[in-house]
Amino acid sequence: MANEVCFRNMDLDRPWRLEQYRSRGGYEVLTRILQEKMPPTEIIEEVKASGLRGRGGAGFPTGLKWSFISRNAPGQKYVVCNSDEGEPGTFKDRDILRYNPHQLIEGMIIAGYAIGATQGYNYIRGEFWEPYERFEAALEDAREAGFLGTDLFGSGFDFELYCHLGGGAYICGEETALLESIEGKKGQPRYKPPFPAYFGLYGRPTIINNTESLASIPVILEKGGEWFRDLGVENSGGAKLFSISGNINNPGVFEIPMGTPFSELLEMAGGMKEGSRLKAVIPGGSSSPIIPGEQMMELTMDYDAITRAGSMLGSGAVIVLDDSNCMVKVLERMSYFYYEESCGQCTPCREGTGWLYRVVHRIEHGQGRPEDLALLDDVAGKIAGRTICALGDAAALPVQGMLKHFRDEFEYHIEHKRCMVG
Amino acid sequence: MGFRNAPMSSIEPIQGKGELFSPEVRARIDTWVAKYPDGWNQSAVMAALRIVQEDNGGFLTQDLMDQVAAYLEMPPIAVYEVATFYSMYELKPVGQHKICVCTNVSCMINGSDKIVEHMEKKLGIKLGETTEDGRFTLKEVECLGACGGAPMFQIDTKYYENLTPELVDSIVDGLE
Repeated sequence: MANEVCFRNMDLDRPWRLEQYRSRGGYEVLTRILQEKMPPTEIIEEVKASGLRGRGGAGFPTGLKWSFISRNAPGQKYVVCNSDEGEPGTFKDRDILRYNPHQLIEGMIIAGYAIGATQGYNYIRGEFWEPYERFEAALEDAREAGFLGTDLFGSGFDFELYCHLGGGAYICGEETALLESIEGKKGQPRYKPPFPAYFGLYGRPTIINNTESLASIPVILEKGGEWFRDLGVENSGGAKLFSISGNINNPGVFEIPMGTPFSELLEMAGGMKEGSRLKAVIPGGSSSPIIPGEQMMELTMDYDAITRAGSMLGSGAVIVLDDSNCMVKVLERMSYFYYEESCGQCTPCREGTGWLYRVVHRIEHGQGRPEDLALLDDVAGKIAGRTICALGDAAALPVQGMLKHFRDEFEYHIEHKRCMVG
Repeated sequence: MGFRNAPMSSIEPIQGKGELFSPEVRARIDTWVAKYPDGWNQSAVMAALRIVQEDNGGFLTQDLMDQVAAYLEMPPIAVYEVATFYSMYELKPVGQHKICVCTNVSCMINGSDKIVEHMEKKLGIKLGETTEDGRFTLKEVECLGACGGAPMFQIDTKYYENLTPELVDSIVDGLE
């Protein structure tokens, strides 16, 4: 039961080509929708029924997001795809862009039809030059085949789609920062409300979805929302791409049903490297609190199970750590990341991420003080929930997770000025 | 509700836009301008800076940023803001090849420290520096979204994954 949605063409030779995509039924559902002029509300209902939740990390129900757009409001509306993949540990959207670009294009056109938008942008991180070129080539082919342009299949529906390349800023994965970036500005998140569905790109109603979410749409509409939902488990419909990396034999991206036991995913990824023992897992990208290995081996990969364990499924980016890793060093690197990537707009995040990094850094370098753990708890608690966007929370959560599960390693570091491990 | 969202515009009308940059650079910028709605030339600022930077051997100068501002009819300050916010714009000269090494968690636990150490020794420079002959700049970057191939780096536009010191040697020695 793998590779049925975003990876349905992965076994083909050069799967990114238009004819290969069409050999798996690609663009059939779009053609049918346009020719039959399917009512947009039916499409949105089907997406709602699928239980699809935002695959970028927030997990917000996609169909519900679409329904917030007032379809009959006059003027331009936009569909924006978030391919600014940058959460450490995540590398799945790159594979969609490289290997299945047409399914994303088809999904974006369907989304445009559903909300009454005639214009779409795919925001691709600037470092993804090769995937961008692949996607651009696919856009050309789609345009030539008549899937983009005006009056598509005599339906009276027009749709045009362009790429926008980022410039190296993690924060642009935050949806309103991404909109600011398309508008030619620094990527600093906007206050919400107003939400993008009401006031989005260029001040117009806009939906922003992750690459994987949009690429899932054609298959959902082809096989039905119920079919998709039943692939997964309650509250976590469908199959999902998991990017798994770390101290394992066969890292990569695996499309598996939601609710698959972590132990099976680890096995697919070749298991732990020889002679190493599972210590802990970061289950949903570096923002998600770490889970000790033994506990993780009992969990399934779905929103509810990971939330119950005190973490988040996030983008499905699983980082597997073996027992040679010092948790202080791991946290130091993660805290540096948030310090580096804070956009500087909100004081608690701009200043707090620096505090977190500097304190963890001094513990790692043998200069920790006995009061430092309380200080970390305090600073993390003062960032979380006090910023415009979720980057502040994302910086605080890994600190809180580490101190909850591996406090002894931090204490040891402070007392002995060196690692417990290695 | 009164939310407002309008493009920034320059105060003085711009003269001689057609003289800025080479015809080839102008044509490349124009293809990006065409992707955005009328009046939103500034949406093309990121692309314009990228194109101009590439055309200038990999880095931007204030003069070039001012020209981009004039070309897109934006206030220069708005262009400086973008050029200084995003990490892929360079404001100092860089080498012919920019080597961006990821050291984030998945790369770190798969030995990116050793890759950095090897590169520093091989090139005789530290992270953030450029070789004397102007061939290479070594830069530490955040997660590049290729953790399945850790440790990895990007040279110019290309990703190289599953690096070992030997592989690094053959890649770097094979560059023009």
